[in-house]
Amino acid sequence: MSIQTLFSSPLRVVNVGIESFKEACVQAGAEAVQVDWRPPVDVAPDAESILAKRQARIEKANQKVLDIIQAGTPKLVGLDIARNVIPGMTDNTILHAGPPITWDRMCGPMRGGIMAGLVYEGRASTIEEAEALAASGKIKYAPCHEHGAVGPMAGIITPSMPVMIIHNEKFGNRAFCTLNEGLGKVLRYGAFGAEVTQRLKWMENTLYPVLKAALAHTGPIDLKNMIAQALHMGDEVHNRNRAGTSLFYRAIAPAIVTTCENKEDATAVLNFINGNDHFFLNLSMPACKAVLDAARDVPGSSIAVVMCRNGTDFGVQLAGTGNLWFTAPAEVPDALYFAGFSKDDANPDIGDSAITETGGLGGFAIAAAPAIVQFVGGSAADALRYTHQMYEITAGESRMYQIPALDFRGTPTGIDVRKVVEKNIVPVIDTGVAHKQAGVGQVGAGIVNAPMGPFVKGYEALAKMLK
Amino acid sequence: MMKIVGSVKQGFYFDSVTLMRVGRELTGLPGVAEASVVMGTEANKSILKMSDLLLPEFKKAGDQDLLVAIRAKDAKSAEAALQKAAELLTNKKKPATAGATVPAPRDMASAVAALAGANLALISVAGRYAAREARKALEQGLHVMLFSDNVSVEDEVSLKKLAHKKGLLVMGPDCGTAILNGVPLAFANVVPRGPIGVVGASGTGMQEVTCIIANEGSGITQAIGTGGRDVKDAVGGISFLDAMAALAECPHTKVILLVAKPPQPGVLKKVYSLIRRIPKPVVALFLGEGDRPATLEEAALLAVAHANGQDPAQALAHLTRRDAVLAAEARQLVANRRKPQGRYLRGLFSGGTFCAEAQVVLDGILRNVTSNAPLGDSRKLKNSWHPEKNAVIDLGEDEFTVGRAHPMIDFTLRNKMILEQAADPETAVILLDVVLGHGANPDPAAELAPVIRQAAKKVFVVCGVTGTIGDPQNRARVVETLRAAGAHVQLTNAAACKLAGLLVAEMARKPR
Repeated sequence: MSIQTLFSSPLRVVNVGIESFKEACVQAGAEAVQVDWRPPVDVAPDAESILAKRQARIEKANQKVLDIIQAGTPKLVGLDIARNVIPGMTDNTILHAGPPITWDRMCGPMRGGIMAGLVYEGRASTIEEAEALAASGKIKYAPCHEHGAVGPMAGIITPSMPVMIIHNEKFGNRAFCTLNEGLGKVLRYGAFGAEVTQRLKWMENTLYPVLKAALAHTGPIDLKNMIAQALHMGDEVHNRNRAGTSLFYRAIAPAIVTTCENKEDATAVLNFINGNDHFFLNLSMPACKAVLDAARDVPGSSIAVVMCRNGTDFGVQLAGTGNLWFTAPAEVPDALYFAGFSKDDANPDIGDSAITETGGLGGFAIAAAPAIVQFVGGSAADALRYTHQMYEITAGESRMYQIPALDFRGTPTGIDVRKVVEKNIVPVIDTGVAHKQAGVGQVGAGIVNAPMGPFVKGYEALAKMLK
Repeated sequence: MMKIVGSVKQGFYFDSVTLMRVGRELTGLPGVAEASVVMGTEANKSILKMSDLLLPEFKKAGDQDLLVAIRAKDAKSAEAALQKAAELLTNKKKPATAGATVPAPRDMASAVAALAGANLALISVAGRYAAREARKALEQGLHVMLFSDNVSVEDEVSLKKLAHKKGLLVMGPDCGTAILNGVPLAFANVVPRGPIGVVGASGTGMQEVTCIIANEGSGITQAIGTGGRDVKDAVGGISFLDAMAALAECPHTKVILLVAKPPQPGVLKKVYSLIRRIPKPVVALFLGEGDRPATLEEAALLAVAHANGQDPAQALAHLTRRDAVLAAEARQLVANRRKPQGRYLRGLFSGGTFCAEAQVVLDGILRNVTSNAPLGDSRKLKNSWHPEKNAVIDLGEDEFTVGRAHPMIDFTLRNKMILEQAADPETAVILLDVVLGHGANPDPAAELAPVIRQAAKKVFVVCGVTGTIGDPQNRARVVETLRAAGAHVQLTNAAACKLAGLLVAEMARKPR
């Protein structure tokens, strides 16, 4: 707009700074908007100007990433045993949640989960033996994320565990996730003992074959469609999966009844799914993983394809920075704690489930899940505010996943590390909180902020690459 | 012959209720016999087939593809309906109407998205962040007013070059005032619209001339600030010249008024060269340089005279008569004073340009006026905190403002100095500026009156009030309160300076 055009147009003012200046404009009849300005985060000198200079290239790369995310078609196509399908899985491999970590730095729940996994695998007969083996150096630990997989909480995947296979039909890549164990003493919270092993064995011997047969009968299940529906039914598919689980149950139940000849097994499997509101979490997570993995390795892109935590570190990967991990200490969530627990009991943030936020769901879609806003400490308006805020740091809006309360606006999708750093807004994650001692389980839930550190590192690394 | 057209949009998901509503709206369009908007599921496709709307291109469509099919009486209405469908579906994707739950935008881009047609960014964040925000605003196509100071000259130049290239205006850094399209920005007065366009590299100077213009019954088209450094050769007057050129083109601007401390030679040359090319009267005041106009008051009155088609000489003659009245008043006041104290003037200014104008006005009346911000013949004051003899102090200079709010907002420091100066037996007159308008102290009289009351027992207190009757502080009440406290109030800074100078001159003549 030329100066001359400005003279003949109604003045519309963006006010950045002293708020009373805006009031004076408004009093004089001008439209004005106040920017909720905060000082930017400190980054390496030049990083911002390099990224600004490369803006066109970054935007182009980001558009490509966004297109890939939008076009992804995650479908549940089958189940198999981890060692048969997960690339790079060996008998001595154990996959875990979050960025890479060595045994000595692992938190309690993760160690507990690994020990439980070794007992389950028959590699150790007692927990002590398992601990010795775990620390011996014979076991190779690797992030699920580096093997096309994701896991909630400790995210432990051992070679014999059954996993669900999600196929991103459009791009041909696959993602894997274990079956959700339910609540109580469960491995993902680091519990070990007979009860845990027994359940895992039942999952391997009953749940897995029954589901596998049923799925062969139904054919691939379209998870994108199911997530979109679940959002309309009050889920954000991270901390609330009741609708998603119900939809999955509706899809699979007739097939289970049809294909499972043993009535007892069929009943047990149906009751197991029906009794676990989070069953669908282990589908929404790999669905996001399958979609985001297709968007990896787009040079120049500033969009995050991974956010995850191992209970010690918080890790981020960007589409434009290959396999580099950007990490910072995971924070103890400032969440709502169940009766009898407090922040002192909480483990630092843990799990791969932040893949849902990375994919534009979870905390980013919490406006779709008013039923849980009290659980996460606020009113329905707070939930809307969280989602609104996340539009500030995303590259686009989902064409598929929509929020009824925002007039079916698409969820904020594609976290742009530039926006995170330059606006000083970190992603919100709608998560459960684990007890810091192995095996106690969930002690709280809430909206937690990702730490800024990994985003700053990613921002600087991208600038270095584009220099 | 009915025409059937359709479109497939891949990967767009809508719930069926939304789609039914869109379909119904399309069916109501002129010439449209039937419209169907559905997701491409097998079930939907078979429904389309039954109504003969299953176009060949639909056959491959899947669950996540959006199908639009129109049957209309002719191709034109069919295409129109298809276009309407695209429009309706795009609208459905628009953000929900802003409510209390929508948080304030966190940066320039989001703000521009939130305020359709945004055209100016007013930036007042700390200096080291300000250039970054200004750059973002320019990139968004916004004009910029940079209130912030402490922006490097390199940043200023690069911002202004970018703006110039884009045909945008950067006012500032350190631009305290502007009035655009009648809207006061930052520290600005309520001034009616009228025929005079103002460009200023001096904030308080612009406030003063715009107030005088308003008080004379005229008004302004625009008052464009540039920041003081713009007229230095390092910046090259980029904004000053752009603003002049814009006002030259502006059909509502009949007269252009320029206000600045003297530009550096390179800039001055360009300014004069541009003035010669502008076919409108241009009144230029470069304070401390040239003799007519010499003051803000003269410049403003000349501009008003031009605007009203009056003889400029008449306007200045009016000032000569006014000065005679002030002289008589000064004589009277000194004569009536029972125990007059001291023989020197102490000016305590919150506005830098007022301090400069004071030196110009006093130059003809008093000798050896010193200042912490000396202009022309004035000499540098030795110690800003302890003025001696005739001294005028700019309290907006760095030595006073580090760690403090600007003296135009926070009166604490000046109030303290007023009392100190009144207590000095050398002081005869204390001269003050009182600036009204948006951004200034909301109730200056209430803060000043007790101090003036005390000071006026010993010395003459003269106040120049800069403001208009439209200003939020209620000028009449301010003047009345100051007078009741014992101050001698003038409605221009020049008149106040003149009266103060004449009082000191009278005091010097008075036998002791």
